[in-house]
Amino acid sequence: MTLLFAAFFLFILGALLAVIPGRTAARAATLLGSGSAILGCLFGLIAAGQGLIAEGAETFSLPWSMPGGAFSLRLDGLSAFFLLLLFIVGLAGALYGAEYMKGGRERRRPGLHWTWYNLLILSMTLVVTAANGLLFLFAWECMSLTSFFLVINEYDLTEAVEAGWTYLLATHLGAAFLFAFFLSAGALSGSLEFASFQVLSQLTAPVASGFFLLLLVGFGSKAGIFPFHVWLPDAHPAAPSHVSALMSGVMVKTAIYGLLRLSAFLPVGPAWWGSLLMAIGIIGALFGITMAALQRDIKRSLAYSTVENIGIILLALGFWMHSRVNGHPLAAAFALAGGLIHLLNHALFKSLLFLGAGSLMHGSGSRNLNRMGGLMRRMPVTGLLIVCGGLAISALPPFNGLIGEWFIYRALLESGTVLSGLAGFFPLVLIGLLALVGGMVLIVMTRIIGIALAGEPRSPEAAKAREAGWPMGSAMAALALLCLTGGLMPVFLLQVAGRAATLIDPSAATILAGTTMAPWWLGIMAILLLVCILAAYLFLRWRQGRTPVPASATWGCGFAFPSSRMSYSAESFTELPQSAMFCSCLQPSTEDGREIGFFPEARRFAFAAPDPMLTRVFKPFFRWAAEVCSGFRGLQAGQLHVYLLYIFSATILLLVWVGQR
Amino acid sequence: MLELLLHLFLLLGLSPLLPGVIGKTKALFAGRTGPPFLQSYYDIWKLFGKGLVISRTTTWVFRAGPVVGLAVPVLAALLVPFGAISAPLSFTGDLIFFVYLFGLARFFTASAAMDTGSSFEGMGAAREVTFSCLAEPTVFFSFIVLARLSGSLALDTMFGPALYTAWQSAGPSLILVVACLFVVVLVENCRIPFDDPNTHLELTMIHEVMVLDHSGPDFGMILYGAAMKLFVLGALVVRLVFPGSTGNLLLDTLLFAGGMLLLAVVIGLVESTMARLRLLRVPQLLVGTMLLSFFSLILLLR
Amino acid sequence: MDNYNPANMLLLLVILFNFFLLGSSRLNACIRTVAIQGGILSLLPLFLHGFSGHSLILAGGAFLLKGIAIPFLLLRAIRQVHIRREMEPLLGYVPTLLLGTLATAGAFIFSDRLPLIEIHRGSLFIPVGLATLATGFLMLITRRKAITQALGYLIFENGVFIFGMLLAEAMPLMVEAGVLLDLLVAVFVMGIVMHQINREFSTMNTDQLSSLRE
Repeated sequence: MTLLFAAFFLFILGALLAVIPGRTAARAATLLGSGSAILGCLFGLIAAGQGLIAEGAETFSLPWSMPGGAFSLRLDGLSAFFLLLLFIVGLAGALYGAEYMKGGRERRRPGLHWTWYNLLILSMTLVVTAANGLLFLFAWECMSLTSFFLVINEYDLTEAVEAGWTYLLATHLGAAFLFAFFLSAGALSGSLEFASFQVLSQLTAPVASGFFLLLLVGFGSKAGIFPFHVWLPDAHPAAPSHVSALMSGVMVKTAIYGLLRLSAFLPVGPAWWGSLLMAIGIIGALFGITMAALQRDIKRSLAYSTVENIGIILLALGFWMHSRVNGHPLAAAFALAGGLIHLLNHALFKSLLFLGAGSLMHGSGSRNLNRMGGLMRRMPVTGLLIVCGGLAISALPPFNGLIGEWFIYRALLESGTVLSGLAGFFPLVLIGLLALVGGMVLIVMTRIIGIALAGEPRSPEAAKAREAGWPMGSAMAALALLCLTGGLMPVFLLQVAGRAATLIDPSAATILAGTTMAPWWLGIMAILLLVCILAAYLFLRWRQGRTPVPASATWGCGFAFPSSRMSYSAESFTELPQSAMFCSCLQPSTEDGREIGFFPEARRFAFAAPDPMLTRVFKPFFRWAAEVCSGFRGLQAGQLHVYLLYIFSATILLLVWVGQR
Repeated sequence: MLELLLHLFLLLGLSPLLPGVIGKTKALFAGRTGPPFLQSYYDIWKLFGKGLVISRTTTWVFRAGPVVGLAVPVLAALLVPFGAISAPLSFTGDLIFFVYLFGLARFFTASAAMDTGSSFEGMGAAREVTFSCLAEPTVFFSFIVLARLSGSLALDTMFGPALYTAWQSAGPSLILVVACLFVVVLVENCRIPFDDPNTHLELTMIHEVMVLDHSGPDFGMILYGAAMKLFVLGALVVRLVFPGSTGNLLLDTLLFAGGMLLLAVVIGLVESTMARLRLLRVPQLLVGTMLLSFFSLILLLR
Repeated sequence: MDNYNPANMLLLLVILFNFFLLGSSRLNACIRTVAIQGGILSLLPLFLHGFSGHSLILAGGAFLLKGIAIPFLLLRAIRQVHIRREMEPLLGYVPTLLLGTLATAGAFIFSDRLPLIEIHRGSLFIPVGLATLATGFLMLITRRKAITQALGYLIFENGVFIFGMLLAEAMPLMVEAGVLLDLLVAVFVMGIVMHQINREFSTMNTDQLSSLRE
């Protein structure tokens, strides 16, 4: 706990110090801001490690003048698990940002940026350690606000500001549901302390279901689960890359934390809770990955992939709930482990990919995939690390992505191969759909790598791209190394997840503690794979001999002057899956002139894939709401007398109401 | 240890024979003499001795394609029983690893193709990842049928002695599974109704167009890797069709080798009698296969 | 469930043909498939009720009508009006196939929950019958051409036939014959109407018929 307080102190210090140098000494501000964030994360990492190793929980409490509030903290296995990923990603982000904020458009106000960055990490630390409802909500709102300011870092771009507003709106609408939850939970238990929430386990099923739905909507809007994901694909590209990494890798996961932590107070719910989560999860996964394949903006594509991964995590957690109620402890344990491991893994590889995307933008000056190309030759280190991230996110051996998915598949198989009838039907359908999602992730990742990194440069800027400085590279390398370690030693992942599981489902944790063979095997297979690849490589080197390899132009089927404008673009890469597989409701709008007369004029081609949920559901709804609300505008008379009348009548009404009681 | 050596010997020694047999079958069907059975061995040997030219555009990813493409089938083969010869490596849940292992190979082949910057190879890569994506659920569904029948999640047991009794209790499901896995073998190895390995028009190719720029030992490794992939996936089908065991290692090996050659002949027959599908029909057929494999599962669910 | 019971094998074939019908656009192949499906179904009474006079008549009649006469008429019809493919279904082939599979899965799971008498429990007749009915419905709903609509009716009738099979002992011969005769008349009418429509409007889309409603 002491270490955690040291980290708190460093974050606050960093937040304050970073604004002191002002605009003139940008380097000093960056140094102070990122330095204290890095140090704070290091302290925090040790604290998280201790929390994971120690049995039981550490608590701390201070009185607070707010009514119902107390500054009570609790560090147990579940908190430590989330702290671990927060500090890893926060550390990498701070290191990366130290270099990233130097160049390009982001230079203007690094000081303020670092203040928000430090405060964001601080508030997220508080969110996952808070043991009081009010403190939790306070930290939650701080997290939303600081991340909002980070999103509108480029506040002179309309696009960024719009993204920021969408995000703020979404997150606050969600928070309203959380307020409702805490108010009613506090009313039932008589206190906002988490410890007193134990009485919630006595609730009847319908009331508990109401509470669960409040949590689901409230946290879902933050986590970016399917219908509430609309802010995510706009906010992530707008923010600086290390902030996108932190938001996508950790911040959306704090919502999962909240869901796990608070639903643990509720009684074990009926099976439909789990079914609901599974349904939302698989729909979100399919939707997210499909949309990811249609984006030409690399960060938007990655943001949609976050929607997909949150879907997979939700699917696993839903299956855990479902199997727990239906009496399949083994499947439940594997599903929980799969969900938690995938959550940890996703934090690692998604932040790696976001940082990598930032480096590519840094090099090529654009987020558009079609303006990149050929960057592997010009930025070899970044390229290699992005390939590592791409392998990890596609769940390919020998990286860590496979481990989480393996456990999820295993859980589904455990019940799918035993149950019969309708009960066995759904796990089996889910396996098929999950396999489909896996195949589509591969499409998305080969597309990003193939279009952005491979081939010839597609723009003059991309041709001049150069590798960024060592802090950016080393931050990514550290994450990539962690991904590889997770793949080679899955036992660690399982143990960490097992510790987190102790709190929410003790019986699952005992089962997981007894499962040692499977992770060892996965590790051995990953190592064997590396050995096989090495052997094949050595064989090739031997056959190739020592003579230098002559280089020549790419075979263009007889055409001697190929240019990058002729190569496959981001849109053409997904044209086939788009026409063959994707649902027509996602069909992006394409605009091109097909008719060619005798004297064809210049043709233009436009392609856009806006979010169907945003354009078809939310925007019309809010427009309708705005129209309805504009009817109340008449109340704003603009005359002092009228307002006084309002105040007077409100007072009378209140008095009458009080008199009634 | 003996099993491991036998496995590797069968895989490395026998796999290039399959393309030869397929080619010979097609030639005989067309009334030609055709290349000798051992033509693939000659080709691979010749390519390993040749020099190498690479494109100026490419990077290490381009060179990684053939290396991974060769390593993956070797490792995957160790998870699969060859006939009655059980797999050297086996653990619960290895079927998931098996599927994703081939995903790794696909990732690198497609990335290597994109690395050349040629639009033809980009086209091939896009097609390859799309079609394989649609074939993946089929593989899973077929494996689940076998997992349900054998009560195990390890490939070695799923394709083990339990198959013999499974044929008696759930024949219709297994017939469908054989059909589905056969389609998977065809699509994953780019055989005719999906892709024509012998076409000379780049626009119509899938796999061949992805490897246009590889030469020398690189190309040799690709040919060898492709032959081994055919061998490994084909071994699953052959095991399903010949589930028994004679108890004698030599006889089992011969039976398995005979089965593989028979499979090659069948593929040759399919290639001789069918035309390549229109490109947009391929996803339809793959979805159909996926649904068929799902249906075979439904039959078991009751 | 005795899997190698020939009746069950035939029923599985029927399902496979259902899938093929939903996924194929070639009318010629579709008609032939319906013919084979009908032919297979006409063998069922023999397997189910033995070589009694009743079942022989039933099988023979069904085979002649479903396997030979109606397909022949339909094939002649498409030869006359020169159409070979269903070009623009209301719903694509892949979604229709998906729906078909879901319906089949639903039929299998649902039929396990039906309160059936003991000998029919676990038999394939009920689910396959339901699945075939659903296939016919899907065909009718999603296709535009009059000829594919006619095929949809035929598949639908095949589904009814499978159900009727279970009752064939109890059902008077006349009812069954009546069903088949109705169908024959329907196909005749369809053929004549199609011919007329084609001559008048030179198209075969049933969409155009809806302009006649007033």
